[in-house]
Amino acid sequence: MAGRAIARSNMRAGKRFMSTAGWWSHVTPAPRDPILGVTEAFLADTHPSKVNVGVGAYRNDKGKPVVLQCVREAERRIAGSKFMEYLPMGGSVKFTEFAIRLAYGDEADVLNDKRVASVQTLSGTGACRLFADFQKRFKPESLVYIPIPTCHHNIWRDARVESRLFRYYDPATKGLDFSGLMEDVKNAPSGSFFLLHACAHNPTGVDPSEEQWKEISQLFKEKGHFPLFDMAYQGFASGDTEKDGQAIRIFMNDGHQIACGQSFAKNMGLYGQRVGCLSVICSTPQESVAVKSQLQQIARPMYSNPPLHGAEIVSTILSDPELKDLWHKEVKEMADRIISMREALRFNLEKLGSKLNWQHVTDQIGMFCYSGLTEEQVDRLTREFHVYLTRNGRISMAGVTTGNVEYLANAVHEVSK
Amino acid sequence: MAVAVDVSKFESVTMAPPDPILGVSEAFKADSSPLKLNLGVGAYRTEELQPYVLDVVKKAEKLMLESGEFKEYLPIEGLAAFNKATAELLLGADNPVIKQGRIATVQGLSGTGSLRLGAAFIQRYLPGVKVLISSPTWGNHKNILNDSGVPWSEYRYFDPTTVGLDFSGMIEDIKNATDGSIILLHGCAHNPTGIDPTAEQWGTIADVIEEKSHLPFFDVAYQGFASGSLDNDASSVRQFVARGLELFVAQSYSKNLGLYAERIGAINAVVSSSDVANRIKSQLKRLARPMYSNPPVHGARIVANVVGDPSLFDEWRSEMQLMAGRIKGVRQSLYDALSSVDENGKDWSFILKQIGMFSFTGLNKNQSDNMTDKWHVYMTKDGRISLAGLSLAKCEYLADAIIDSYYNVK
Repeated sequence: MAGRAIARSNMRAGKRFMSTAGWWSHVTPAPRDPILGVTEAFLADTHPSKVNVGVGAYRNDKGKPVVLQCVREAERRIAGSKFMEYLPMGGSVKFTEFAIRLAYGDEADVLNDKRVASVQTLSGTGACRLFADFQKRFKPESLVYIPIPTCHHNIWRDARVESRLFRYYDPATKGLDFSGLMEDVKNAPSGSFFLLHACAHNPTGVDPSEEQWKEISQLFKEKGHFPLFDMAYQGFASGDTEKDGQAIRIFMNDGHQIACGQSFAKNMGLYGQRVGCLSVICSTPQESVAVKSQLQQIARPMYSNPPLHGAEIVSTILSDPELKDLWHKEVKEMADRIISMREALRFNLEKLGSKLNWQHVTDQIGMFCYSGLTEEQVDRLTREFHVYLTRNGRISMAGVTTGNVEYLANAVHEVSK
Repeated sequence: MAVAVDVSKFESVTMAPPDPILGVSEAFKADSSPLKLNLGVGAYRTEELQPYVLDVVKKAEKLMLESGEFKEYLPIEGLAAFNKATAELLLGADNPVIKQGRIATVQGLSGTGSLRLGAAFIQRYLPGVKVLISSPTWGNHKNILNDSGVPWSEYRYFDPTTVGLDFSGMIEDIKNATDGSIILLHGCAHNPTGIDPTAEQWGTIADVIEEKSHLPFFDVAYQGFASGSLDNDASSVRQFVARGLELFVAQSYSKNLGLYAERIGAINAVVSSSDVANRIKSQLKRLARPMYSNPPVHGARIVANVVGDPSLFDEWRSEMQLMAGRIKGVRQSLYDALSSVDENGKDWSFILKQIGMFSFTGLNKNQSDNMTDKWHVYMTKDGRISLAGLSLAKCEYLADAIIDSYYNVK
C-alpha cells in the first residue's frame, strides 16, 4: 500500500510515520448516507427518463432549483454591506425577533411579556442539537421521545440523551396512528420531553388534525410533558404561515412552555445558508435571559457564533412589508405546486386502474409522501424505471413535475399492481 | 394567559457568566466615555478604527451576486472548491501530500467549529487520550475540549519574566506527557501571547513530538495575517508535514479574509495514506451531520472565488500585507511611546518581538481591571490587548494607561 511504502522509505531516511501500526487503523469507513447515495446514483444514471424523487429540496416544474425573488432582492439590498463582524453568540437579534414573531404570531402574549429565549442556529439541525445539548446539561436524567419514523436520532444520540420512540405513522392507513400516539404519550413518565413536528412531518407527510393537536396538548398538560417542536416547513406545507403554525399556537395558548426549532431552508429556499432559530418559552423574562445565556454557552464551543449572510437575508425580507408579502406569495406558490402534484399523481394512479388506495398521497402534506411501497418495489422502481427515491418509500413531491408525473405514476403502478 | 406548568422545567437554569472575550465588546459598547478603546476581541480595525471588509471579498460577493448562485445544500463535507483551495493554501499547491490524497479536509464553522470536529473525533476514536494545551491559550480551547468530553492538561508556554517563550518548560512538559498524547499548537501568531517559536525551536518541538509518538494538532487562525505571507505563516505546519508526521490542522478565514461573521474554516487530517484519509473524512462527516447537517455556503464560495482567480488572489495577498503591516506599525509606535513614557527603563521590546494581532502585555488581572476602570481601555483579564483595535493616534494614550497600571497597581 502507498502508506507503507512511504513509511518504509522514510524509515530508511531515519524518519518514521507515527502510524505504521496506526493511530487510525480502528477508524472504519462511515456508512454511506442513504439520502445522498440516492442523489449520487441519480446523477450517474444516463437514462433520458430518469426521475429524482429522493431530493429534499424544492424544484420548480422544470425540475430546477429555485431561488426566491424576495431572496434575490434581499441579497441585492445587503450587498456591499460594511458589516462582517462576528455576530453575538446568540446570533442576530434582529433576525431572532422576526423569527419568533413568525413562529408564535405577532401579537403573542409570550412575546409581549418578553418570556421567549431565542438564539440563531445552524438551521433546523443546529436548533435541535442546541436544544438536545441544553436538555442534557440541565435535565441530565431526562429522555426524549421521538416519533416513528423521524430523522432526529443521531442528534440526541450525539448529545448523549437517551431516546425512546412513540408511535406515529400507521402503515395500514398510511396516516396517523392517533390512538397509538396517545397511548405512548400517556404511558411515558410524567415530565418527559417529546419531539413533535409542527407541520409537514418528515418523512411521512402525516400531520395530526387541529382536533387531534388539541387532544394531544391536553394530554401533555395532564402528564406535564415538555413539547419541543421542530418546525421546518412553516408556510411550505399549506401555503399559509399562520395555518402551518397552528400546532404551536394551540400548545402556546394552552399555556405550555414549549421550545421550537425553526428552519428557513425550505420556506425561503435558503438551504445552504443554514438559517434557523431555537426559542424556548420561559416563565419570566429573567428566566428567558438566563436560558438564552446558557444556550449561548453551548454554542460558543461548537461554532462561537452563527453565520451572518442567511440571517441578514431573512431579516431583510421579514422587516420589509413588500418583501414579506412577496415571500408569502412565493411560498404559497411552492406549496400549491406540491399540492397540485399530489393531486396529479393520485389522479394518474387511479386513472391507470390501480386497485390500491392512493388517498394518502393527497391526505399527506408537505414535501414528502410516504408511498407505502416496499423496499423491493422501490428497488424495482429504480432498476427498471430509473426512478430514484429512498428505500423507505418516501417520495419527494418536490421532484415531481407536470413533465414526469405520468411516467412516475405508471412506474409506481407497474411495481405495485 | 395562564401558564400550564407551575414550575418551569428550567427553573434551575442559572445565568451563564459573560464570555471573557466576547463579553468585553459588550462592556465596551455600554461605556459612554469618549476616551474608550476596544482592545478586546480580535477583529481587525483600520487606522480609523473601523471594521474592514476586504476589497477582494466585495469583489467576490459581487461576482456571486451577478452569477445568481443557487442556494442548495452543500455536501456534509462542504464546498469541494473550498476544500481543495484550503488544503493547497495550507500545504502549498504542489505538496506531495495533496497529490497522494493523504489529507482529509472537511469544511468547518470557522476555527471554533473545525476544532470542535477535531475534538469530537478525538473523543470518539482516541477516548481517554489527553490533549495538551499551552499555558495560556485561547480561552475557548478549554470549552471546546470540555464540551467534547476530551481530557486536557497544560504545557508551559508563557514566561512572565521575559514576556517571552518558556521554551525549556514547553519541551519538558511535552516530554513528560504520556506517549501518544495530543499536542495543541498554534501554527503562527499565538493567541493570546503573540509569542511564536522560531523555526529552529519548531524543529526541536517536532523532534520531541516524534520521539514521544504524540499527535500534533495545529490551530491555524492567522495564516497570512501574522507576517503578511501565507507561506511563511504556514511554515511550522509544513515543516512537520515534511518530516512525515501525521497531524490535525484547524483553519480559519475569519481574520485573514475578514470573514468573521460567515464562519468559514476547515478541519484537516494529514495522515499516512489516502485510505486512512478517506476513512477519517467519512467519520468527520458523521460527527458534523448531527451538529448542523452541512456547513454554510456563503463564506466558502467567497474563499473559493478569491483563491480561484489569480488577480483576486494577488490582491488578497496585498491586502493581507497591508493588514499585517498596519499591526507591525502600531507595535512600533506603541513600543516607542512606552519607551519614552517609562521612566524606569523597563524593556518593552517584547511588543516588537511578538507577532500577530495580540500582545500579552504582562499586566495581571488587577492591572487589567485598572486599564478598564480608570482608562476605559477594554482588554481581556489575562493582560491581552488586541493591536488590531489600536490606531497610531491612540498609542500614546495607551502607553500612559499601561505605564500607570503596571507601576501603580499591584
